[in-house]
Amino acid sequence: MCGIVGLFLKDKSLEPRLGQLLTEMLVTMTDRGPDSAGIAIYRGGDAALSKLTVQSDQADADFATLAADLGAEIGADVSMRRADSHAVLSLPADKAQDARAALATLRPGLRIMSDGANVEIYKSVGLPKDVAARFDLAAMSGTHGIGHTRMATESAVTTQGAHPFSTGSDQCLVHNGSLSNHNNWRRKLKREGVRIESQNDTEVGAAYLTWKMQKGASLGEALEGTLQDLDGFFTFVVGTKDGFGVVRDPIACKPAVMAETDQYVAFGSEYRALVNLPGIEAARVWEPEPATVYFWSH
Amino acid sequence: MQTLDLATTSLREMNATLQAQKDQTNATQWSIENPRGAHAIAVGLDAPIEVTVRGSTGYYCAGMNKQATVHVTGSAGPGVAENMMSGTVIIEGDASQYAGATGRGGLLVIKGNAASRCGISMKGIDIVVQGNIGHMSAFMGQAGNLVVCGDAGDALGDSLYEARLFVRGSVKSLGADCIEKEMRPEHLEILRALLERAGIDAKPEEFRRYGSARKLYNFDIDNAAAY
Amino acid sequence: MNDHDKRIPQTVPIQSATFTNPINAEIRRAAATGIYDIRGGGAKRRVPHFDDLLFLGASISRYPLEGYREKCDTRVTLGTRFAKKPIELDIPITIAGMSFGALSAQAKEALGRGASAAGTSTTTGDGGMTPEERGHSTKLVYQYLPSRYGMNPDDLRRADAIEIVVGQGAKPGGGGMLLGQKISDRVAEMRTLPKGIDQRSACRHPDWTGPDDLEIKILELREITGWQAPIYVKVGGTRPYYDVALAVKAGADVVVLDGMQGGTAATQDVFIENVGLPTLACIRPAVRALQDLGLHREVQLIVSGGIRTGADVAKAMALGADAVAIGTAALIALGDNDPKWEAEYQKLGTTTGAYDDWHEGRDPAGITTQDPDLAARLDPIEGGRRLRNYLKVMTLEAQTIARACGHNHLHNLEPEDLCALTMEAAAMAQIPLAGTDWYPGKPGTSY
Repeated sequence: MCGIVGLFLKDKSLEPRLGQLLTEMLVTMTDRGPDSAGIAIYRGGDAALSKLTVQSDQADADFATLAADLGAEIGADVSMRRADSHAVLSLPADKAQDARAALATLRPGLRIMSDGANVEIYKSVGLPKDVAARFDLAAMSGTHGIGHTRMATESAVTTQGAHPFSTGSDQCLVHNGSLSNHNNWRRKLKREGVRIESQNDTEVGAAYLTWKMQKGASLGEALEGTLQDLDGFFTFVVGTKDGFGVVRDPIACKPAVMAETDQYVAFGSEYRALVNLPGIEAARVWEPEPATVYFWSH
Repeated sequence: MQTLDLATTSLREMNATLQAQKDQTNATQWSIENPRGAHAIAVGLDAPIEVTVRGSTGYYCAGMNKQATVHVTGSAGPGVAENMMSGTVIIEGDASQYAGATGRGGLLVIKGNAASRCGISMKGIDIVVQGNIGHMSAFMGQAGNLVVCGDAGDALGDSLYEARLFVRGSVKSLGADCIEKEMRPEHLEILRALLERAGIDAKPEEFRRYGSARKLYNFDIDNAAAY
Repeated sequence: MNDHDKRIPQTVPIQSATFTNPINAEIRRAAATGIYDIRGGGAKRRVPHFDDLLFLGASISRYPLEGYREKCDTRVTLGTRFAKKPIELDIPITIAGMSFGALSAQAKEALGRGASAAGTSTTTGDGGMTPEERGHSTKLVYQYLPSRYGMNPDDLRRADAIEIVVGQGAKPGGGGMLLGQKISDRVAEMRTLPKGIDQRSACRHPDWTGPDDLEIKILELREITGWQAPIYVKVGGTRPYYDVALAVKAGADVVVLDGMQGGTAATQDVFIENVGLPTLACIRPAVRALQDLGLHREVQLIVSGGIRTGADVAKAMALGADAVAIGTAALIALGDNDPKWEAEYQKLGTTTGAYDDWHEGRDPAGITTQDPDLAARLDPIEGGRRLRNYLKVMTLEAQTIARACGHNHLHNLEPEDLCALTMEAAAMAQIPLAGTDWYPGKPGTSY
């Protein structure tokens, strides 16, 4: 039960303002989700490099010599940029898997929030405005991003339970609603070897997409699959390396508003979230149809 | 014209001011500036005043309205004019889901499109939509008229009671117990009057009428699949 | 038959514990009619209940208060969180929502009279507010239900509190179907429905879903009513920890929690008997949710579902409730299922204490009916007097127990004043098994 925002820029001149615009959208959705907040931001990367966003509850200790330790372990140059409890490690793309494995032993307390050429995920418990300030989200530039404010329903209020959830390299998911068959799917997906860490229903939604795509489905096909396989109420917004997508369950009770101009495509749980966007007065504003997959890409 | 600016006036103060017009109706023209998608704007009014909301609103704009005319120059969020008793609400743009939900009287005009569940559980309200409406509209509609100049989505009029539905365009599908019915002269008259009141130029003859088959009115095992 | 055969012992007929006579009768009834059984009332099956708890009176380690002399206060204030006008009640026993339609106008009036005389509130139901009910109730809670029958801003502003009904204990998650017999002219008009048709009611509210939307709905209701009246949120007992926490997050002043023994005017028997948590199992998770949010006693908790005696009231309060609500018990006080109507119950194929076809409108006691002749059997003044007496007795009983435990206010009852008779009750109420300091799930302390 939550607020979702998403902003996909068509106009490059807006890219320096992505973080600022998304932060305003996110903070407006505080009433819908005061427990925790998170954002996935996509910013231009070097295709030869992979970014691992990591989080630690003991950030000072864990991050102190992390870049050097990891570099030595995987035999590659690793650079690190820290933001509060999160850090973004940049390393050669072909070493990303090695780095994941190395981190598990080097820093067992670290959580990997995301990996990919472009995506970075920041999330934490607390009011959205505090979370945004902690990571200085407003200063971030980028091509597109999605954000989430959470009102926890049945699982714990933790960083782990905050959205977005990473679903694969450069992919992430946020959710508003409540799934009613996530326990069965969690058991099935775990048997299939998909890693699921929390009791959160959305993480199961994310894991479901990962699993479908591992089995060869495109993201669009995986999203179509949610309409068949996931029960309950959901509006999902997903981010990919160069685009973002939206799908609502067939009942479509949870609110969703979209706006499109020549400069951007935007998503909000409520229209309120969109009012600060440039040119919103003249934007095409509509509600996504139930059981329909929408997708935009560069 | 009196102005209430939500950039400088709290929602509580704005609603309290408008609600107080019940007892002091000298000021009949009101303008609400900077709605910016805020919820519960101009709710619970009960005076023959005219309120213009300049911009777009959040949930439940003009909820439970009595007597007043509320005009939204932008779009309206979920549940606009929910449980309206009387008066008029006009939306220049689109309306989100639940427009006119459970409304008991008055007229709701939506110049753009209405999303899902338009007129859900309507109880006497008249709703005129110039564009299209979404799925599950008029679900359990009990009384009143829903006029749609465009198309209707899935499951129109599911579990309908005695609300009348008029659609000019296509209907994606009819809900359980909703059927097309004969358009008789008295229905054309009702429709003509509604279109005129809504200020919409359309020919009543181009509409089709839908209503309850009344098969679910008393339980019959032969209809069990429709429940 | 020869002598040899006569010596063989015969099997005696054995009734199946699985296919019992009542079950078999229900199978035959379903096969003959093709519709599930609809009835009124709450769960009839035995579930762990307040009867499985006992109080530990004071003796030497604690000192009791003198009955009738030393003060034992019973007052409660509901809606102190956001409302400008909280409800102040003399006793912590309220009357639960029951609709005009389900009940006759006389029965509603009697409830209003009795509750008012006892210094407590009564509640409307799915069918709107009647002038009789408003007139005879000094404190009236107006229910805001998915159907919104008769909903209007004037009644909303006339209400002393607004109760947003998300669910009820007899059918959490359910809408329902009320057969047409009770949709009389007046009921039909109040609900804007044709007379005599089955009423199908929705399981979700028409214009919001989930706690994030509920927060906005509560804002709208407060704006319409000027933030005067408390907003209650009523849920059926299923996942009380989460549901109470979310109602509070959405902005409720008061949470009403209805266990599975809570009654209904009409629902599928399968729903009543198979969905929901026993009231006893609801209270501790609900209280823990309030405590975790730091709002226990600031957001008040009203518990309902099978409250019958002052002992039940005291036990619910010891487990952490601020007040209770009664529905079925109030109807019995008015005369529902009274043995004096036994001959008529027999004619309806039932018997005193078992009559539950409240939806059929043929109630011999004239309470759950819209038939004018039957309804005239209940004198609202006498009914009100009976209800007042019953509420008074329950209050005295609860006070007797509280004094014996050394408390000068019912609110000061604690879980530690209780022990449990059965393992099930100990586990569900998190109350030590009698004579031990342990309940399932808790390590012992060795005192």
